[in-house]
This record gives sequence, structure tokens and C-alpha cells, in this order.
Amino acid sequence: MSKTIHIAPITRIEGHGSIAIHLDDAGNVKDTKVHYMSLRGFEKFIEGKPAEEVPRIVNRICGICPWHHHLASNKAVDRCFGVTIPPAARKLREFVQTVSHAEDKLLNFYFLAAPDFVMGPDANYEVRNVIGVAKANPELAAKAVRMRYMVKMILEKVGGKAIHPHAGVVGGFCRALLEEERQEFRKQLSELLDFASFTLEFAKTQVFPNYLDAVQALGVIRTGFLGTVDEDGNLALYEGKLRLMKADGTFTDFSTQDYADYLGEAVVPYSYGKFPYARCWGEGFSLDIDHPKGIYRANCLARINVADRIATPRAQAELEEFRAAFGRPAQATLLYHWARLIEDVYAYEHALELLEESDICDPNVRTPAEPRAGRGVGCVEAPRGTLIHDYSTDDNGLISRANLIVGTTHNLGPINMSVNQAAKLLIREGKVDEGILNKIEMSVRAYDP
Amino acid sequence: MGVKVAEEWLNACSGCEISVVDLGERLLKVLELVDFVHIPVLMDHKYFGQLGDGKHIEIPEAEVGIISGSIRNEEHLEIAHEMRKKCKIIVGFGTCATHGGIPALANSYTNEEIFQRYYSTETTDRVENLPSEGIPPLLDSVYALDEKIKVDVYLPGCPPHPDQVFNALAALLGIMPLSLADKSVCDQCPTIREGKGQVKQLRRFLQSPQYNGPDEPLDKMRCLLEQGFLCMGAVTKAGCGGDKITPRCITARVPCRGCYGPVQQDGNQLLAMLNALASNGIDIKSLPEYASLLRFSGAHGMLRPERKRKEA
Repeated sequence: MSKTIHIAPITRIEGHGSIAIHLDDAGNVKDTKVHYMSLRGFEKFIEGKPAEEVPRIVNRICGICPWHHHLASNKAVDRCFGVTIPPAARKLREFVQTVSHAEDKLLNFYFLAAPDFVMGPDANYEVRNVIGVAKANPELAAKAVRMRYMVKMILEKVGGKAIHPHAGVVGGFCRALLEEERQEFRKQLSELLDFASFTLEFAKTQVFPNYLDAVQALGVIRTGFLGTVDEDGNLALYEGKLRLMKADGTFTDFSTQDYADYLGEAVVPYSYGKFPYARCWGEGFSLDIDHPKGIYRANCLARINVADRIATPRAQAELEEFRAAFGRPAQATLLYHWARLIEDVYAYEHALELLEESDICDPNVRTPAEPRAGRGVGCVEAPRGTLIHDYSTDDNGLISRANLIVGTTHNLGPINMSVNQAAKLLIREGKVDEGILNKIEMSVRAYDP
Repeated sequence: MGVKVAEEWLNACSGCEISVVDLGERLLKVLELVDFVHIPVLMDHKYFGQLGDGKHIEIPEAEVGIISGSIRNEEHLEIAHEMRKKCKIIVGFGTCATHGGIPALANSYTNEEIFQRYYSTETTDRVENLPSEGIPPLLDSVYALDEKIKVDVYLPGCPPHPDQVFNALAALLGIMPLSLADKSVCDQCPTIREGKGQVKQLRRFLQSPQYNGPDEPLDKMRCLLEQGFLCMGAVTKAGCGGDKITPRCITARVPCRGCYGPVQQDGNQLLAMLNALASNGIDIKSLPEYASLLRFSGAHGMLRPERKRKEA
């Protein structure tokens, strides 16, 4: 008899989704759907609000990546008002954005993803979580908690508030960095860089080798990729041009201001969230896992696939090792976990680079702005992918129109495909157990955040 | 065995949950004392049974139920009722749960207006029918928790400061009494207030406030409202600074926007702020618009669509 299995809610991810797996009479997978369950409507309700207030509103889109929404929004508002921010403010914004990446990846690995690998995908759900990991490995857990807290407190010290920040202001940054803070952060970030390197080494030697078979099989699909690179093709998180790569490795670069000429968003009947796709490929939109159309992925694996290289030494060495093993572009979905830890090393290295010169402590951090009619696209790489805030303002500097493409949404289509692939791989003749259902969810968790 | 706790996030962003993680090493202590039975952000307990074949949402029984987020769709409503049924104490965790939070800015619009914009942006493909398959219908508005279920403890904040999270958890675990003062952000703000009457017009926050250099202590800086910037501190519940007290916006020399909601649970931040401005002789017409003053507390019918406002 045909039936439907509901994996609800999808857990240990940031966000609200559920999976429906429809089985046919023989108990094989007929179809799968990943439902994104609600809609908040920021595009609508920021209309009419003073543009300079919006970076403090849209940060609430996501509690894990508020800095990225905040800063993409700040960039868009600066452009609307035609204001150029001082060099130290530019550096401080990039610094907090980079540190936020660094923090997030430790959170993801130790708190959300590790339980599947450390406790095992088939472990009882009551221990397959951070609490179980902490009991099984108390020293490492205590260290991970302490390290993550240290990096989070850097954000708190710089901007006054680490979750839902207000540090970015139209025309610049809320306050200057003090020299003693720069010295303190350099010391802390050096220790954190070593911990990031340790984490990657730990994962490469003690975690990933046990799951190489799963990596090659679970949730594997073949797609294009989207990410940001600098003028020289290096990995970039804060500023650069967008690079859209096809599955065969060929790519097109374009300015963030022109995103709407390249990307489209499909509406599907089973999800509030829209599914972005590469409209510029001219092949339409299809989630068929054997013949996808218009589908690309974002987030860390995409970023290290589209980048020619990484401009910091430790991360570049890791990228070379990764590429030698998995090629470019690497397609296996669980490799997101590996890519994430490479990016983590880069984020700490780059944060330290930004603190190298004392000019980041220049007291001039804000250019006065005047409200005016204008348009601005602000873009950064959020942990989950390319984040685009596009605003228009009226003569009073109130928002008259907004379009947002949020990092998470780029991967909504690919997540559907990975779930479909994993379910078909694992469920045969009606045989289902908790371990199988958790493995299907693992193909979602790889993308998050 | 620890105290059984269930946690849910409804129309929420996860910021409240991350604030719990930001307890740092205190988190490990909490995890020793608390026995989580359901918490989707950290743990794989499922609504419809671990094999996904149940018919109704089921959450295990717990002493304490913590809920972040507002109630926006039919599933949120079902989960909120199930939590109320299974938990002895319900904590409204964060300003979305207590007052609607930022997502309740949507209450200025009808669902049709929101769908109309979201599904017709310049990058969106046109479709005949809106999504509806396997997803819960939206309610007509964003509701604070206590509009739908009884709430025993209110813990506002966007997000609540980790120190307050810790103190509240300690209270719920019976370790210490729960005390949340009915003070305003101004009561805990160190900046200098000189008195009424000098500012007549408000300025938008388009330039830096006046202070003497980045290392000048906050208690040498003039109150931001007295410098002519809108600051919601007078009408906003205190607490955002945690054990260090000093409000977090002010430490960054940025004006308060009200993220802890009104000082009294049933207060109205818009009316209170307009009153405060008027009684200080400030022209309220110098504000560029008003809905933003309810950006954290638009539930409880505070914000409504244009049409409904006219009918009311």
C-alpha cells in the first residue's frame, strides 16, 4: 500500500522545513518533497521605512547570519544615498563579516553536524546531538565551546551586540576600533586560527575517513555553482564579483549590480520559499536529478569550487589537497562539511590580515549621509550563500521597493534533489528505519548554514 | 535526572537559540542540569514519531516549555497548543514570542499584499497559483504567544541577553528567584541628561553623534535623544546589557530601537514614545514615519492593515 513518511521538523538545521517521502505500492520511493513552511515578507514590510533603519530590521531575517544581512543592507543603503564610507569603516565592516563567518563554522561543525559523524548516523536520537558529543568527548567539547565563545565575544566587543547587530550605520561604522582592542584580537585570533587548523585536521584524520563511502554516495547530485571572487579570482566573502559556474567547470563573471540579468526565482507549489536558478543559461528550471536545468548551488562548497585559489597560505594548501582528491568542481554533497572547515581556516587568516595594519583604528569611521532617491544593490557571501539586498528609495530616503535573494534559498532546489537522491538510494521495498531517515536528513544538513 | 525541558521555535529566526549557545561555558553547566526532551535546533525528536508515520504533532511532557517566535501559521498554532498541553510552565522567549517582534511589521499589510509582492519581484517567475501543497496556511496576522495560549513567564529581548537567559534558567530550575525589573533602558543608560526643552526637531540617524574621541567613556557623552536623535530607551524594557547593565546599543553609541518591547508587558511603545517626545516639546511631525516605532511590538493588534484600520 502506498504511504507517506514525514520527517518533521528537519532538525539540527537553522530554519523550518519538513520532508515528505511518498512510497508506491511496492514500498519504493515515488516522489519526495522538501517543504519550506512559512513566509515572513520582509520584501513587503520594509517598504516605507527610512532606509537607514533597514539594516537594523533585516538582520532579523536570520539569527545565525545577522551580520551578513546587516552588512549587505548597509551596502545597499549607502548606494541608495550615494555615500562613500571611510577606509577604516570599510575595513571594520569586512572584519566583522569575516569573523562572523569564522564563528559560524565552528558552531555548525561542533553543535549541528558533528553528532552525525561522532556519534554515528544510526545512533539513538537521544544521544545523537551536541549533548551526547559533550558527554562522549568532554575535553574537546569544552574547548570547542570556549573557542566559539571567544570569537563571538570579539563581535560583541567591536559592535556592542553580537546577535542582531547595529554596528554598521549608513555612511560607515558605529565606532572606531581602539589600538588595545586590535592587539587583543590579534592574540585571540591567532589562537583561534590554530584551533580551526586543529579542527580541520581532526575532521580529516578521525571523522571523514570513516564516511568516505557515504560522501561518495549520499545526496550526490551534479549542478553548477555560484560564489564571489575578487578581481584576481581569489575566494572572497565581503566584496567582489559574482562567478556562476556550470557543472562542466566553465564560468561567467558578472557585477553584483547586474544579478537580475543572470538569476531568476522559480515558484513551486509545495514551498513558500522561492527556488533561485540560473536564468541566463536559457535552459529553464528543472529539479530532475538526472537532467537538472538551471540548477546551481551556493555556500562554502560552491565558493571554493568557483575560486581559482585562496589568497591565504594555510587555506590555499588545504584547497590544493582538497582539489587533488575531489577535482574542480567537487560535486559530492557531504563535502560541504570539508569545504566549510577550509573556509574557516581562511576566515581566521583573513581576519588577522585585516588587523595587521593600524589604519583599521583610524577614528574617522563615518561619512554623513543625506536621504535621497536612489537604488542600491548590496551583496556579501553569507555562510549559506550569496546574499543580495536590492533597494530603491524615494526622495525622502524611504524604501520604495525591495528585492531580496537570501543565501539559503539558492540551495532550496538542490536540497530537494539531494533528498530525492538519498531517499531513492536508501529506501527499498518499504524498509525504513531511524538511521535511514537520519541519513536522508544528513543530505540536508550538509547545506546548513 | 535533570529538569525536563521542551523548546520550540515558531515564526522565529534562531537568534534566541543562538543566545543560549552564547552562554559559553555556562552552557555546559546548563546541559548538566537540564534534560531536553524536544529541541529541534539541537536534537532530532520528531513531531510524527521517529519513523514519521504518526498522524498528529506530539511533543513529550516537560516541566518547562520554552517557545521563541510568534504564531504566524496553522502549524505554529498547533505546536503552541501541544506545548501548552504538555508543559507545566510556558516561557515566552524573546520579543517575537512576547510582542510579535520584527516579523509583526507584516501586520501593517494583508497576506494578499505580502504574497503579491513576494511572488512578483523582478527576479520571480510568474505563476497562476500560489504555493499551498503540504505547507500550513498563514493566519491572518502575526500573533504574540499570549494571544493564543496562556504564558507563565515573559522573557523579551531580541535576542534576550545570555546573562538573562542563564538567570531565567537558574530560576526555572529552582536555583534562584526570577527577577525581571520593570525598568526602562533609560534607567540603565549612563549618558548625560541635562533636561527638557532644547531639542525641537528630531534628526534621522544619518551622522555620528557628538562625543570626544573613541575612548571617551559613555558617561561623558550627552544623551542621544538630547542630541536630537530618536532613541526609544524611555519606552523600552531594560535588560539588554545583561549583568553589565549598560544598554548594548549605547555601548556602540547607537540609539535604542526598542528591542525588549514596552516597559510594561501591555504597554504601547508608539503612544508612549510620542507622549514622551511631545512632553519634551519635540515636534512629533519631525519623525519620517511612525510604524517603525512599533517594529518590535506590532502584535496584539498594535499594527493593522490600512483597510482594517479604517474599519476599526
